[in-house]
This record gives sequence, C-alpha cells and structure tokens, in this order.
Amino acid sequence: MDDETRVRINSDQDIVVARQKGRSLAVALGFSSGDATLLATAISELARNIVSYAKTGDIVLKIIHGSANSGISGIQVVARDNGPGIPDVQQALRDGFSTSGSLGLGLPGVMRLVDEFHIASVESQGTTVSIKKWKH
Amino acid sequence: MEVPILKQGDFLIATIQAALTDEDLLHLRTALVQHVVRSRSRGVIVDVTSLDVMDSFASRTLRDLAHMIRLRGAETVIVGIQPEVAFAMVQLGLRLEDVATALDLEEGLAYLNQKFKSSA
Repeated sequence: MDDETRVRINSDQDIVVARQKGRSLAVALGFSSGDATLLATAISELARNIVSYAKTGDIVLKIIHGSANSGISGIQVVARDNGPGIPDVQQALRDGFSTSGSLGLGLPGVMRLVDEFHIASVESQGTTVSIKKWKH
Repeated sequence: MEVPILKQGDFLIATIQAALTDEDLLHLRTALVQHVVRSRSRGVIVDVTSLDVMDSFASRTLRDLAHMIRLRGAETVIVGIQPEVAFAMVQLGLRLEDVATALDLEEGLAYLNQKFKSSA
C-alpha cells in the first residue's frame, strides 16, 4: 500500500488526470466523498500552479500512516517543479496575492482544504509543496 | 470533450457531462456566447451536476461566461453545484459573485421564466 503514484504535469489535461487519480486513491482508502473532493480540489490547484508558473513538474501521491498504533491513514501529495520559484513565500501565503493575474487565492486556499501544508521554494530553482490529508 | 448546447425556446441549456480541461472550459465559454448572439437567447443554463471539482479556473471561467452573456442582455444560471463541490469552493475562497445559481435544471428554468415574466 506504500506505492507511489507519479503524475507528470505538462498541460491542462494533466491537471484533470492528477486530481482524478487523487480522488480515486482517496475513495479507495475510504475517505468520505466530501474529503475526497477537498483533496481533488487541492491537487487541481497545485497542478494548476505548476502549469501556470513552471510549465512542467510532477505530482506524487502516496498513502501514509500515522504514528504506530494510531491506526490512521491518509494521503500525501507532493507537487514539485523546477520553475522560477517564489521570491517571497510568506507573501504568497497571504490571501489575495498573485503574480500571474489569477485569482491570487491559490496557496492560502489550498492550506484550508488540507490538514498539513508545507512549502519550500528557491528562486530560479523551483518549488515543492507537500500536503497531507488524513482520513477522518 | 465538447459540451452539448440545446436550444429550448428563448433559453440555451449547456450540460457538462464529464471532467473538463481548461481548454474545454474556454471553448464552452466562447461557444455559449456565440450561440446566445446567434439564437438571440434571453437566458442560459449551465448544468454542472457532473462536475466533481470546481477549482479557481473553472469558477473564474463560469463567472466570466455569465458576465459576457449579461453584456448581451441575457441572463445565466449555474445549476447543480454538488454539496461537496460547494463546500470545497467556499473553503478555497472561490465566489461566483453575482452569478445566479439554482438547485437543478428545473429550478433554473423556473428562475429564468420568472425573471422574464416579471420584466415583460
């Protein structure tokens, strides 16, 4: 069950593929329909950022387990690109900020959809966003 | 994936039947606006019952579509947003703003009929 699913993100069609794979995995793991939708929507936004800002990258989906005996499981999604990076991550995490003329709600919105959110970005090297959603 | 557009009296009905790529959504927007012009429609219903994800791009494109159609003097109603999708949209911070929504196709038609009856 620890297999990884990797989705190459090159175009808007891959956004749909990535979120559908995320939903399938969530449903297979027993997520509620609502939580599967939240995860699929988060994946859609992360994949969209890759296409908009970096052109290409990949999204890796993985089933994860909580600490021993807790018995909880969840899904980790890592969105990675080698694009321009985000010069000011703190600014990008504030609602209303965007540099591509989009809604500017991307990352703060994604944070609200998931349980854990981590971002690392280096200018002109790329961005990695890692999110986790646990099965409730 | 092309979205079929049906003409029913003064109204157009577009029923989304599968997941749409960004390109599909933009195509739908253009096709609907052109169809409104061609058939002199007064109302448009976009049925999104089958959409399992409404992300920022989809929301923005549907909102733009409704605004463009309004500039033609016609009204758009988005119908069938699923409860989970509505929840995710609000969490994400997405708004359809002043675009009309209705529970389903029937309610959407009732809304348009009412609107044009009262303005007649």
